[in-house]
Amino acid sequence: MSRQASRDVVFRASQLSKTYDMGEVQVHALRGVDIELYEGEFIVILGASGSGKSTLLNILGGLDSASSGSVHYRDTDLSNANETALTRYRREQVGFVFQFYNLIASLNAQENVEIVTDIARDPMPAMQALELVGLGERAQHFPAQLSGGEQQRVAIARAIAKKPQVLLCDEPTGALDSKTGVVVLEALQRINEELGTSTAIITHNADIAAMADRVIEMSDGRISNIRQNQQRLPARQITW
Amino acid sequence: MVKPGKLHIKLLRELWHMRGQVLAIALVVMGGIAVCVMSLSTYDSVKQTRDIYYAQYRFANIFVDLTRAPLRLVERVREISGVSVAEPRVNAAVTLLVDGFNEPITASVVSIPPSGQPLLNALHLRSGRLPESSSSDEILLSAAFAQAHRLREGSKIDAVINGRLQTLTVVGLALSPEHVYQIAPGSLLPDYKRYGVLWMPYPAISVAYDMDGAFNSVVLTSNRGANERAIIDQLDKLLAPYGGRGAYTRERQVSNEFLSQEFDQLRTMALLFPLIFISVSVFLLNVVIGRLIENQREVIAILKAFGYSNRTIGLHYLSFTMLITLLGTLLGLLLGSGLGNLMTAVFGEYYHFPALTYANNRLQVALAIALCFAASAAGTLRPVLAAAALPPAEAMRPKAPPRFRKALPERIPWLARLSQTSKMILRNLDRQRLKSLMAIAGISAAVAVMMVGNFQQAAIDKMMHVQFKLTQKEDLSIGFSEAVAYNAIYSLDNLPGVSYVEGMRSAAVKLRFEHRQERSVIIAFSSNSQLRQLRDESLAIMPIPTNGILITDYLAEKLGASVGDKLEIEFLGESRQIRHARIDALSTEYLGSGVYMSLRSLNRMLDSGPAINTALLTLEANAQQDTYRRLRAFPAVRSINIRQTLIDAFSETLERVVIYFTAINAALGAIIAFGVVYNTMRIAMAERARELASLRVLGYTRAEVAYTLLGELALLTLLSLVPGFLLGVLLCDILASGLQNDLYRLPLVLTAYTYGFSAFIVILSAVASGLIILRQVYRLDLVAVLKTRE
Repeated sequence: MSRQASRDVVFRASQLSKTYDMGEVQVHALRGVDIELYEGEFIVILGASGSGKSTLLNILGGLDSASSGSVHYRDTDLSNANETALTRYRREQVGFVFQFYNLIASLNAQENVEIVTDIARDPMPAMQALELVGLGERAQHFPAQLSGGEQQRVAIARAIAKKPQVLLCDEPTGALDSKTGVVVLEALQRINEELGTSTAIITHNADIAAMADRVIEMSDGRISNIRQNQQRLPARQITW
Repeated sequence: MVKPGKLHIKLLRELWHMRGQVLAIALVVMGGIAVCVMSLSTYDSVKQTRDIYYAQYRFANIFVDLTRAPLRLVERVREISGVSVAEPRVNAAVTLLVDGFNEPITASVVSIPPSGQPLLNALHLRSGRLPESSSSDEILLSAAFAQAHRLREGSKIDAVINGRLQTLTVVGLALSPEHVYQIAPGSLLPDYKRYGVLWMPYPAISVAYDMDGAFNSVVLTSNRGANERAIIDQLDKLLAPYGGRGAYTRERQVSNEFLSQEFDQLRTMALLFPLIFISVSVFLLNVVIGRLIENQREVIAILKAFGYSNRTIGLHYLSFTMLITLLGTLLGLLLGSGLGNLMTAVFGEYYHFPALTYANNRLQVALAIALCFAASAAGTLRPVLAAAALPPAEAMRPKAPPRFRKALPERIPWLARLSQTSKMILRNLDRQRLKSLMAIAGISAAVAVMMVGNFQQAAIDKMMHVQFKLTQKEDLSIGFSEAVAYNAIYSLDNLPGVSYVEGMRSAAVKLRFEHRQERSVIIAFSSNSQLRQLRDESLAIMPIPTNGILITDYLAEKLGASVGDKLEIEFLGESRQIRHARIDALSTEYLGSGVYMSLRSLNRMLDSGPAINTALLTLEANAQQDTYRRLRAFPAVRSINIRQTLIDAFSETLERVVIYFTAINAALGAIIAFGVVYNTMRIAMAERARELASLRVLGYTRAEVAYTLLGELALLTLLSLVPGFLLGVLLCDILASGLQNDLYRLPLVLTAYTYGFSAFIVILSAVASGLIILRQVYRLDLVAVLKTRE
């Protein structure tokens, strides 16, 4: 029996399309995507640059809106939500991790997490989030005093401290070497397992796909293949 | 070396692409250069115009008035060593009657030699011709007075000359270097409607005043290098038996003295304002251009990777900013010289110079321009060199996060519990301390500039209040040609419409204390005067001493004397008595610098019975016009000063000059405040777009995100107010002490309005730039910002 059958649907997108006006040319980033994501699921979206994977993630996360089609987060219709509703949605439900960490340089690690716990409804203590990513000792360090991998783990701690329902990661290891990248992936895996947070990682690194429940491959704005991993590989066994 | 051909295209396209920002920077440069050019060129032009005028029209440099001396005495004057040219003449006061103008008009009449043009103080004919030397009714009229009353050649006016009514014909309009600042004796501001100057041939005027073969005024020039002091001493000795009132130099000549004081003010402004403007533009240029180039870090790396040399890249970016600075400089020169010529023309019109000379202080302007270019060059080269120093590959990687630490104020316990966004504000200001301080300095400068404008109005208001409400309470004062018996006030009192009269006597004197001496005027009135009340520093009424004298604090300081010191008083005029008197107290006055004593003491000093030469009147309501008409026919009247017209003249000048200055200063201050705040925030916005976007992604609302920028803006603005006020007080003080002179002292009056207005305008400009920033925060494209590298 497949894992998703018994679980609630977190995201449901149907016929999602997105067109960008880039000056005189139109770019079709998404061309009618149908997808469902389930509670507690760990998925990896694979695709080359320009395949539409980031656009899909941004729309799911409420950072961008679709040109046509619909997207629901549980019972909330995101496709018709206004700016205030989207802000509340991001504040309460979603955690983001980006390729370039995007930490606040003027705040130290703990404060970077607290900037989220300050406004969240029922967050975990900032220190707990940092300990989850193995950075309890570095809480008082400013971003300039942390390595790339450490900065990315602070970003993950910041994303999960509000106990979000979903964690969306856009190339979280893209700026890191393989060894550091694995440490970051381990943190993501641990959070998925311990907190049951639905996690979506987009990457062009096919090796990472091995740690997912499901792998969604995208090309040219469409889903080209969806496959179920019978066995999830622990992050520490992944190399590239 | 690689040919920079394509770089030129890049340069021009990028400049065009960011034309908004280019313009914003160019405007700052324009402002700085324009103010500099305008102020300096106005000052230089007006000064040069005056100097050329004085030289061409042979303005005298020593002047002396006397009662009456025979013409042959002039030979003795010419024999004094060092005297170059000496010219005798007759001066007198007349009353004029102009149709349709009821208020009293006084005028000075000056003789012109039978040969035509005077040797000294030559006349410039605006129109018409010189009077025929044999005519008894032809006159030249001062152009300013003629203009105020719309009189032309051929116009006829009535004059009371030595008590006789006579109709005069205007044959020409003239300007004289002696009356550039055309001001009635004892007045403080030119009033072209109520005071005029006219010139008549010597024969006519000498007959009218019984001066045939005689003179009562002589003007002279000295040889280069002659000792003016020695000439004056000999002149005074020679003319003493003839009622000489003491010779004085050009520096004490009323028109020239006033003009010099206006020029001093203009010079202070011409130095102060460009200094502030150029400093602020230099700062903005450096910061803004620095940021502009920092954004091109990757491009610099790529160019280096392609093999462009540091030199070529440096020159490329240098030409980038030099072009912007050049644009601003050209606009500034254009605007500045336009405004400068306009201002010069306004001054020329106001002072009635025969011709205007436009001058430019090239050296100082060149210095200002060089400063601007140096600032942009420094702002350009700093980041270009930093980028060029990195290996290309490293420069193409995202920049390392800037180093932060806890801000100083966070050591205060309750500040440590600030929200994370408030901490961001504090730490950003703290990390870029120099930049924050510069921004605070810039906004403070804006506050200060506006205070300077406002302060003048408050100062003049106070001057007016003290002079015309507290000290001088009469409606009208009448000056007689010579001392009259005290009884004269009773005949004035009997005139219908006059409700109260008091007598006053004044005398020109030379005061000596130790080795210092000063010319002044003794003003004496009765100790129970209702119409004149002297004030001390705290504006409390001071009684007139029965025996000693009371002198203005400013005069006491110039003499180096204080309460209890005994001064030597030499009366100028026929008698030349020398007396001594003790200083009883010091009075505070902003206008004039007089010596006061009781009427009884003065008459005793002059060995005369009860006598006065001025009458102070209060009038019944609605009786003014009739009373003026009656007084015009009153004998021996030399001058009539109506308090209200003095106040009106003051207010008129206020409106013309001060309000204008206030408006300009407010505009300049607002431009500075806006320029500093807006550019600082634009840079902060550019530097922190990623942080702001991150916050938005984390679920912060637009308003919460805007707070991190606008809070910084608000903090910077508020932090600038107090230093701004302090700087403002300092600037006002510099200006006020630069304007201390015998005629008036500008009190340092700073009202709540002065502070409030400056703060209001600065906050308003901050709010305006805040709104623009807010719009940008609202338009922030989250995805685009976060997906790009820094």
